[in-house]
Amino acid sequence: MSGESAVRIGALLPDVLNTYSDGGNVTVLAQRLRWRGVPVEISTVTVDMVPPVGCDLYVLGGGEDAAQVFAADWLRRHRHLCAALAENAMTLAVCAGLQVLGGWMEDSHGRRHAGAEILDLTTERGCRRAVGEVVTWCALPDVGALTGFENHRGATALGPGTAPLGRVLRGTGNETAGRGEGVLTDHIVGTYLHGPVLARNPALADALLHAVTGRALQPLDLPDQAAVRADRLSPRRRWPGLLTPERAGESIARIREHRSRRYREEAPHGIARDRRQGPGRHDDGG
Amino acid sequence: MTSSRVRAVRDPRAAVRAAWTETVVLAGRIACSLSRGLRLGAGGVVGGRVVLALEPKALSVLTRGRRVVLVSGTNGKTTTAHLLASALRTLGPVAHNASGANMPDGLVAALVDDRSARYAVLEVDELYLAGVADAVHPAVLVLSNLSRDQLDRGFEVHAVAEGVSAAIAAHPGTVVVANADDPLVVGAVTGADRVVWVAAGAEWQADAVGEAPARPEVRWSVDGSGVRGPEGTTPLRLSLPGRFNRGNATLAMAAAGALGVAQPDAAAAFAGVTSVSGRYALVDRGPHTLRLLLGKNPAGWGELLPILGNAPALLFVVNAHEADGRDTSWLWDVPFEQLPARPTVASGEQAADIGLRLSYAEVDHRTEPDPLAALDLLPAGEVQVVANYTAFLSLRRRLARKAAP
Repeated sequence: MSGESAVRIGALLPDVLNTYSDGGNVTVLAQRLRWRGVPVEISTVTVDMVPPVGCDLYVLGGGEDAAQVFAADWLRRHRHLCAALAENAMTLAVCAGLQVLGGWMEDSHGRRHAGAEILDLTTERGCRRAVGEVVTWCALPDVGALTGFENHRGATALGPGTAPLGRVLRGTGNETAGRGEGVLTDHIVGTYLHGPVLARNPALADALLHAVTGRALQPLDLPDQAAVRADRLSPRRRWPGLLTPERAGESIARIREHRSRRYREEAPHGIARDRRQGPGRHDDGG
Repeated sequence: MTSSRVRAVRDPRAAVRAAWTETVVLAGRIACSLSRGLRLGAGGVVGGRVVLALEPKALSVLTRGRRVVLVSGTNGKTTTAHLLASALRTLGPVAHNASGANMPDGLVAALVDDRSARYAVLEVDELYLAGVADAVHPAVLVLSNLSRDQLDRGFEVHAVAEGVSAAIAAHPGTVVVANADDPLVVGAVTGADRVVWVAAGAEWQADAVGEAPARPEVRWSVDGSGVRGPEGTTPLRLSLPGRFNRGNATLAMAAAGALGVAQPDAAAAFAGVTSVSGRYALVDRGPHTLRLLLGKNPAGWGELLPILGNAPALLFVVNAHEADGRDTSWLWDVPFEQLPARPTVASGEQAADIGLRLSYAEVDHRTEPDPLAALDLLPAGEVQVVANYTAFLSLRRRLARKAAP
């Protein structure tokens, strides 16, 4: 391992785009590399800096209207960074971070502001604010269900040929036809999910890290991870979610089986919304 | 007796209104006792709801003729209101929503409880501030700080600040006691006619980026020697821990000063406040002595971590009900990385969320959703407990039940 070059992570504008605690995504990525013996360098890029263009992985978070317009202008001023995001590096963009990479977005007064024009998508102001838990099925292979918390009023329309990151099973997502959530290109993973999304979905974190390092990553076993996911993925989510790890494991296995069966059946025609039904037999605690 | 009858003859409509108010208050009290009798809860808020259902203008009716102080902001409002109420009691009886129920129903319940008090100290949820201020015409408004909290309800910090700003603009006669160290507060208050600026401290600045209003000149500040105010320096002997509580005390002293309480009198009253609706209280349970701390959001937890300094054991309890904010992402804004190693348990309905956060911060811990069962995993002696809102309330209730014979 010695001499291995560090993975460089660029945390973009955490001073502007971190209202919804998406900075945790950087923590998750860095720790998952360190725990596997891969060295990490984190560049925290604030508004007053000239952004480095040589990072392997960039991370953008969510923020409020004014912050978002500011971030979009900042990106437009740094065209070299935009080129790096579009062509060289991998990028995770969350919520406002996703919107600013598109063509334009509307603020709360309905005014349009130009985005960085890296992604073929536009965001109108939706008819209502989407707030709550979301479950999607991720388009990336082997990632499975994504869980997160959305809190936005953007209705994001993807251009032709641009694919969503996942299909919404529960929650709102992009709030446009097709029940898509987020956006997925060869270089960019965009999503509305907070949580932070990579803390909730380690498989998505590892998919990004795999794309960056090009190496197989051995699994990590974090004691509370299964319960965090099971609490949100359970088709009969209960409050309070007092779940033991054993029950969490069972529950996840059940969901996986159920989902994969359904997706095999329905995938070509788009995915039906979760009707909160259990997979046939559903003995809970019996 | 005679005088009220005379008034009744002169203005029968006023008499009817007064009788209606009494009826409504009585209904509220009955609802309270029923709720308490049936053990549905402490009862106050239910009474408030009944009164508001029968008389939507109850807040305005019940504060008529009283001098009202509103205390708002994201963090520290309950403590500041308790300290302020203790200081105002040196002038006379004070109605106060001491439980921390700070939405209109809780405010009404406190006002119904004490009809005669000339003063009212009301802690108000910052999202309700504008409506409440319109109803009660406050003499004084205390604004501690503004930061991210329950964003599933407030949506955006700056929108909350704009609401506060509008509330202040609508009441030019109100004296605003404001924290000059919080740029969002300064932005919201600037333009108000009568402002008393206080340097109350603000560690958390992450929501104020791009806000660069000049820091106003302060009339009140605090340091190791005590509170500096217009009367000079008054030593501060607080029973409550933490630097942030010295800031809260300074805000309270400035607000009390606006209503005529001398600095030394306020300081003496503050010394008698040892716990604030159960917060900071020491509770013995079996082999453990628990110190209960409430942390509702990243700014609050960030202020608490340093005072956990030498605690031998830690218990973190986190829920995600509506009153807590249903999104637990905020845990990732708390710098748990700075915690030294010691026996630690992650607990509450969201035990796994805080447990996962601790794992990524490399804080060795165990995870047990039930906080009382979690105690059994910790060594005997002192345990510092940090819980968020509903987790704190439910733990207090269960501890009280266990302690009862």
